[in-house]
Formats: sequence, structure tokens, C-alpha cells
Amino acid sequence: MTTSLERRNALYGNDLACYERMVEIREFEKITNALFAAGSIRGTTHLAVGQEALALGMATTLKPTDVIAGTYRSHALALAFGLTPHSVLGEIMGKATGCCGGVGGSMHMCDTSVGVLPTSAIIGGGMPIAAGAALAFQVQKSKNIGVALFGDGATNIGAFHESLNLAAIWKLPVVFICDNNVYGEYSRINTTTPIEDLHKRAESFAMPHMAIDGMDIHAVRKGISEAVDRARSGGGPTLVEAKTYRFSGHSRADQALYRPEGELEKWQKRDPLLVTEQDLIARKLITQDQIDQMKSTMESDLGALAKKVESDPEPELSAMFSNIWTPAKAGK
Amino acid sequence: MTAMRVRQAIVAALADEMRADENVIFFGEDVAEAEGPFKTSEGILEEFGPVRVRDTPISEMGFTGAAVGAAMMGLKPVVEIMFIEFLGVALDQVVTEGAKMRYLSNGTLSVPMTIRASVGSGLGFGCQHSQTLEHWFASTPGLKVLMPSDAQSAYSLLRAAIQDPDPVIVLEPRILYAERGEVDTSKVTKIGKASMRATGSDITIVALGHMVNIAEAAIKAAGVSADLVDLQTIIPWDRETVLASVKKTGRLIVVEEAPQSGGWGSEIVATVTAQLFSSLKSAPFRITTPDVPVPFNGGLEARFAPTSDDVARQIKHALSQSGAPQPWWVAEGVAK
Ligand SMILES: Cc1ncc(C[n+]2csc(CCOP(=O)(O)OP(=O)(O)O)c2C)c(N)n1
Ligand SMILES: [Mg+2]
Repeated sequence: MTTSLERRNALYGNDLACYERMVEIREFEKITNALFAAGSIRGTTHLAVGQEALALGMATTLKPTDVIAGTYRSHALALAFGLTPHSVLGEIMGKATGCCGGVGGSMHMCDTSVGVLPTSAIIGGGMPIAAGAALAFQVQKSKNIGVALFGDGATNIGAFHESLNLAAIWKLPVVFICDNNVYGEYSRINTTTPIEDLHKRAESFAMPHMAIDGMDIHAVRKGISEAVDRARSGGGPTLVEAKTYRFSGHSRADQALYRPEGELEKWQKRDPLLVTEQDLIARKLITQDQIDQMKSTMESDLGALAKKVESDPEPELSAMFSNIWTPAKAGK
Repeated sequence: MTAMRVRQAIVAALADEMRADENVIFFGEDVAEAEGPFKTSEGILEEFGPVRVRDTPISEMGFTGAAVGAAMMGLKPVVEIMFIEFLGVALDQVVTEGAKMRYLSNGTLSVPMTIRASVGSGLGFGCQHSQTLEHWFASTPGLKVLMPSDAQSAYSLLRAAIQDPDPVIVLEPRILYAERGEVDTSKVTKIGKASMRATGSDITIVALGHMVNIAEAAIKAAGVSADLVDLQTIIPWDRETVLASVKKTGRLIVVEEAPQSGGWGSEIVATVTAQLFSSLKSAPFRITTPDVPVPFNGGLEARFAPTSDDVARQIKHALSQSGAPQPWWVAEGVAK
């Protein structure tokens, strides 16, 4: 069985492997969506279609020993950072084979072997935690860094401002990555936020900041590695704003009928898969036939996996009482 | 009487208050244009317009605190918190600011605001979107805390909350939004007054929110004659009704959808035990969730909140024995 770490390590320096992982994420989300529609998955889900380049760019710029605190829009992050489709789908379906043993669900991915801290379903929840992880690395004189991944909407919550300020004055080795996909739930950014270039918010914390093209893995890597190098070498935090687009609705029930006409179509021309395909074909690393083949193999492999996961064991009743706390060790 | 879903009863109560009093304003995340993530504000923007009905950024501390300030200046803001957990980032404004303003102004200021929030387990939203958290507020003097159990109480409690001169938190069991019921729109509940869902002679069951429905099913399944008190308000709670009922029946069970430790039911059991000790026929006790986060897995989540089967088991126990039964997780040997 392939481990998360092996899956992560397979990506470094291998653009084809990165592309294949992007295809995996895209096909995975299609299957997730279908399983929800068929009633095989409970609760809610937040698809990350369109966010693949950002996820892979982060996964291949950060080391597996760095840590990232992400959000409920968690599937692309998890798969890119190395979690197996089995452990991600297992979690989404509440199975004992899921990365959280089936008690977490779609919004809660975690795998500490590749630095994925539990993703938070509370807006802003992960930002102070990423800063705190960076504080630990600073105190421990480690070369690891902390990363917070969050949405555009999250820049309006107090935790964003408090975390950035704290990271700035303590010069913490942390990178704040804002996935600006234009929407927070059913609201377009212009209706909730007075500026659209969110990276500029770092200026009030005297923090370096940049916007990057979140649809192009090379642009993502270039931008993030500058921020990562700064953090690793003691230069303190950076706010990186990745310009992306949320191709799906906010969550399961949302058909996103509120989008201005033509907006989705415009962004679909910048679909991260398409952008990567054009690059790989131009570099003669892959042909269109091979791409088509890869997609159909992925689709059938993941389809077969979904069938298997559906019959995976459910968690035992005792799982409900596990991992809550351990008895006190100190004192008598 | 009109047949409505619970979420429609909420819309109706808000609309009726907004028609009656132009000081009532309403805001929250995606409540205006999108008419609410749970469709609890359908038609509100259209009827009352964008000055009184607003979408907010994802800034619970900011907009909940703004409701406190606006209330102090004479408006009657109603804010929607999509999932009760999101009030966590705004707790200061509710617990330490809003709840203290009357006190710190020597009675010259009041905060007539209403916070509506969806609560509860059962829908597969996981441990950060499924708690009830009423105990966050139940020990804060200055707040009033309400929870409806059906369409009628959703309507009548929300109207009472909006009319009330103090900060009121209305916790709406999310699992009930789609449930239908008959609603009499002339009824406004008196805050602090419980409602009798059923009357009987052998035992008193006190419950809140969706647990009232669970208890009702359990009473039927157990085939007993019981008083079922729908508490409706946690603070201030209706001591008179509860004490009168237990005085009559001599037995008390409280059913709570919240962890065993620190629940409001302890307050009720303690009060009843202290005041009616000599008329009790068996030990009053609580049926709660275990002290665990809400699990995502469907099979586990189905065991999290009290079930009608388990409540029926414990009712039968209370009628046949004087000591309290064990919770299911102890009885089944799953946990201590
Ligand atoms: C404190 C808090 N408030 C509200 C929500 C509900 N909510 C979940 S996702 C979301 C939109 C977030 O938008 P954004 O930050 O842009 O991230 P995206 O979903 O677009 O990835 C909202 C409002 C929440 N989870 N936590
Ligand atoms: Mg967004």
C-alpha cells in the first residue's frame, strides 16, 4: 500500500505526476458530487474544482515536515499533500478507513505524516493555529514553517487580522495563503469586501505580500517559494493571494445561480487543468491522447475505489468515545 | 391556523414583527439576497428593503456587536448566526458586552436584540457544526435563552424574543426546519413560560427543542401517562410549572441534547430535589448525550442525542425502580 508520504514525495520535481494528481482531484470531486447526489454521503461537502493548481503548487513547494492549517474545502488539499483517495473518500463516507476514522466527515481532513493539520470548519479557525505552529518552530529553532490556507471571505474575520499582526511583530515563519476564488458562500466578493486585491491588507501589518495566478502551478510555485524562503530564513511572514475561481457552487446544495453571466465561462478558459495540459503538451511531456487515456483510467479507478469504500467497515461504537482526552499524568 | 414548515414560521414571525415595528432590522450572512442558507428569510429583503435587511461579511463579532450597539440606540436588531458554533467568535459581544449593558448603565440602557442560531445534531455536519451549546449562555445573567420545538413555538417564541427589551438568544433545532405544523399567528409566548405538550399522572418529563418530540415518542412507546413539559425558555425557566407537575407525579426525567457535564438539566434536577424531596417517588435524573463531540458517521451520530427507544427504556426504569438507570453507554459497556 502506498503511504501518504510516498504519494507526496512522488510529486517533487515531476510535473507529469503533478498533473496526474490534478486529474485525480478533478475526477475525485466528480465522484464525490455523484455520491452525494445519490445519497451515499451525509451532511455537506465543499468541492475544490478549480483549486487544483494551488493545491499542487503548495504541496510541491512545502516540505512534508512543514505544516498547513486549511479549511472545510479540504479534498484538493488532502489529495495534493499525499492523503490517499481511499482515506479521503473513506472519511467523506464516514468509514473506519477514513483519515479521521469516519468521525470527522468531508470538512475534516488530517494526516500529520504529511503536515496536514485538522482542517477547520470555522472561518478563520486555522489562521492563529498556523501562526502558533510557526511560533513552535521559531522557539525550537526548526527550519519548518507553518502555512494557513483560507478563503477570500475569511479576510473579514477578526482571526485574520489578529494572526497577521501577531506573525508580523514576532516575525513568525508562517505563510498566509488566501485562496481568492471570488465568492464566500453565495456572496460575490464585491458585496462583502471593499477591496478585491486582498493581499494589500498585509500593508497595515508592514508584511510583504503578493498576488499570484492561482490557476497556473508554475506561478503558484514561484510566488509561494519566495514566501517560503523568506519564512525559512528568518524573514518573517508573507501574505500570498492566489487568484482563483470557484467552479462549483459553495456546497452541495448550491447551484450558484447568482453568478454574473459569462463569468464562469471566462474563468473556465483558465481552468488549471487546461493551463497545465497546454504547458505539458508544449513541452512535449504528454500528448492529447495520453491525457484522454489518463482521465479515463482515473475515472474508472476512482469509480472502482468508490464501490470498494462503500462496503468498507463502519467505525465501532467505541470510536465515539476515543481521542477526546487522556487522563492527567502530572500531579498526585 | 395556518400549516407551515418551521422555517416558514420563523419567516412569518420576523415579517410580522417587522411590519409591526419599523425599528426591527435584520442581518446576517447570506440572509438578504440569498434568503438564508436554511431559507429562514424568504421574501424578507423583498418586502422590507435593503436598509432594514442586510447581508453581512463573514464577521460575526462585528455584526453581532453592531446589533448590540444599534439596540442600545433604540433599534431592535435580529441577527442570524447560521450555525451556533459561529457565535464562538462573537462571544465577547454577547456574553460580556450585550448582557452587561443594562447593568453597567445603571438601568438607563437596554439591549433589545435577538440572536437566532441553528443548533443540533442529526444531519451529518460533523463536530464543528452540530452542537447545541445552550450552556454557553445559560449561565450568563442578563441573557434570555429560548428554544422552539415545533412550528407554533418557532413562531410564538421568535415574536416574543423580538418584542423583549433584553438580549434574547433563540436556538433553533436545525433538524426541525422542514417539519410542518399548524400555527396560530395570534399567539405570542410569554418568555419564561413552559408549555405542556402532554399531560399525565405517573411521571414528569422536561425537555427542550427537538428532545420534546423525542420524549413524546418515548412516552407513547413506553405506554405511560406522563406530563411532558416543553420548557421553551432555559433562562428564566418556568419553576412554577415544573414544580407543580413533579409535585403531582412524584417523578422527574429531564431530556437534554447536550453533554452530560454542565447541562441545564442539572439545575432543574437540583431545584426539584431540594424543594420536593419528600414528595419524590424515585430519584430525578437526566438523559443527556455522552460527554463526546458529535460524531460524523451516521450510525454513531444516531446514538449521540437521546433516542426515543432509550428514553422509553429509562422511563420504564423510573416507574419500576427508585434509583436512576445507567446511561446507555454504561449499560452497554461501551464507556464509563
Ligand atoms: C465563523 C464562521 N462563519 C460562517 C461560516 C459559514 N461559512 C462556511 S464557508 C463560508 C464562506 C467562506 O468563504 P471563503 O472564505 O471565501 O472560502 P471559500 O468557501 O470560498 O473557499 C461561510 C460563510 C463558518 N464556517 N464560520
Ligand atoms: Mg471564497
